[in-house]
Amino acid sequence: MPKKNDNELTWKDLEIGNIVVEPGNASEYRTGDWKTELPEFDHEKCNKCGLCFIYCPEGCIQNDAEGWFVADLYYCKGCGICAVECPKDAIKMVGEEEE
Amino acid sequence: MAQVVGMEVSLAIAEAARLANVDVISAYPITPQTHIVEHLADLVANGELDAQYIPTESEHSALSACLGSSAVGARTFTATAGQGLELMHEVVYVASSMRLPMVMVVANRALSAPLSIWGDHSDAMAVGDTGWIQIFVENGQQAVDNVLCAFRMGEDQRVLLPVMVHVDGFHLTHMVEPITFPELEEVDRFLPPYKHPFPLDPDKPVTMGAFGMPFIYTETKKAQYENLMASKKVILEVWEEFGTRFGRHYHPVEGYRNEDADVLLMIMGSFSETAMETIDRLRAAGRKVGLVRPRLWRPFPFDEVRQMTKDAEVLIVVDRAISLGGSGGPLCALVKQSLYHEDKKPEVVSIIGGLGGRDITIDGFEQIIDRGMEIVQEGSDKSGFEFFGVRE
Ligand code: SF4
Ligand code: SF4
Repeated sequence: MPKKNDNELTWKDLEIGNIVVEPGNASEYRTGDWKTELPEFDHEKCNKCGLCFIYCPEGCIQNDAEGWFVADLYYCKGCGICAVECPKDAIKMVGEEEE
Repeated sequence: MAQVVGMEVSLAIAEAARLANVDVISAYPITPQTHIVEHLADLVANGELDAQYIPTESEHSALSACLGSSAVGARTFTATAGQGLELMHEVVYVASSMRLPMVMVVANRALSAPLSIWGDHSDAMAVGDTGWIQIFVENGQQAVDNVLCAFRMGEDQRVLLPVMVHVDGFHLTHMVEPITFPELEEVDRFLPPYKHPFPLDPDKPVTMGAFGMPFIYTETKKAQYENLMASKKVILEVWEEFGTRFGRHYHPVEGYRNEDADVLLMIMGSFSETAMETIDRLRAAGRKVGLVRPRLWRPFPFDEVRQMTKDAEVLIVVDRAISLGGSGGPLCALVKQSLYHEDKKPEVVSIIGGLGGRDITIDGFEQIIDRGMEIVQEGSDKSGFEFFGVRE
């Protein structure tokens, strides 16, 4: 498919049946656009148990070199599940504009 | 050499699928389609057909299995009827939108309620706009021939669409008719192996059926529309080549003693063969009547319908289905659309009849023609329609 912006694609540019022929390109999809709130991690409270990593439905929480858990905001949908599940109350959902 | 065999049409349809060397059959049995899939199950179980037979718990699952089968590049066949096609409805759209070729024989059946296992075209009309190529047949030979053609049409790389072959439930599926079967080698030459350009393959992964955001949905529908309309060229090519190879010729719309007719009758499916008897009888009595039989239901042959009807004075369209609170006769609505811009066109009369398995006899078609002419002469309610044979 020619490289055009999404909004420039014409009906003639589409693969038959809209088949996606480039494997794994869902990773380009910025689901982070959906959120209105994002998780803020409090290292004072966090004990690195990793429950947030397990519960995140987006799979976007990973631990960094020091073992702290962080959300990849390119994908985080702001659902708040991590904040609800955190046993140490270490995650607070904050409005994006407050970031 | 091709051989002629006396066979129930349902079994002949299954034999056609065998000749097409299908790879996968997935179906759920439903009257009056049952004999088709039972016979295919027998053929597979007896080792006479090397195919996967996937029995499912519903028609929705049967057609879903067909999606997967076609997506990996397997030649795929299914059959259903009436309520079964309704239960498939969601997946019917998916198959055409995802451009997955397969052949589905519909043993046309009325829709509930009241529960009716008998034939009419309600099920076909309910899936008219789903994006499948759709063909109506009138007898067993046409059913066999068009099942073979359907694979060739749908699997053509320029088309890649599913194809429905409509066969009247009971009136056709359960008749024993003389059928000429082509030899397997002849069919092999006519029907090359199916190849999807982007099959599901772990070595070359693709995604099928991904979601479409508002920025792309309109473009996909436009592409689908253009593709379906462009399939007409291939449909004509396939019928032409079939005619050359096998000597039986098919066209989007066919006529019967229609050329100089003042009054034309139009009907789809097996009842046209009864209507031909009526035409013969009236012609013998000196009346200039003829018959027009649309075969290609989708993409609808607007041009051919226009060409074949515009010079008549009266055109009586018989629908074996009703669009409740809408157009009345779904076929008649498209016929009227075909003629709308013509300066010279016939008076069009819409008749609904043959519902839920009720016959229209030779006398019945004569009554329909007489009533149609009467309606035109009276000038009464030309925009509406009438039920034929309803008890008031
Ligand atoms: S669930 Fe809470 S305590 Fe556990 S790692 Fe995540 S933020 Fe830290
Ligand atoms: S808000 Fe939801 S998506 Fe974002 S990191 Fe937490 S659980 Fe994952």
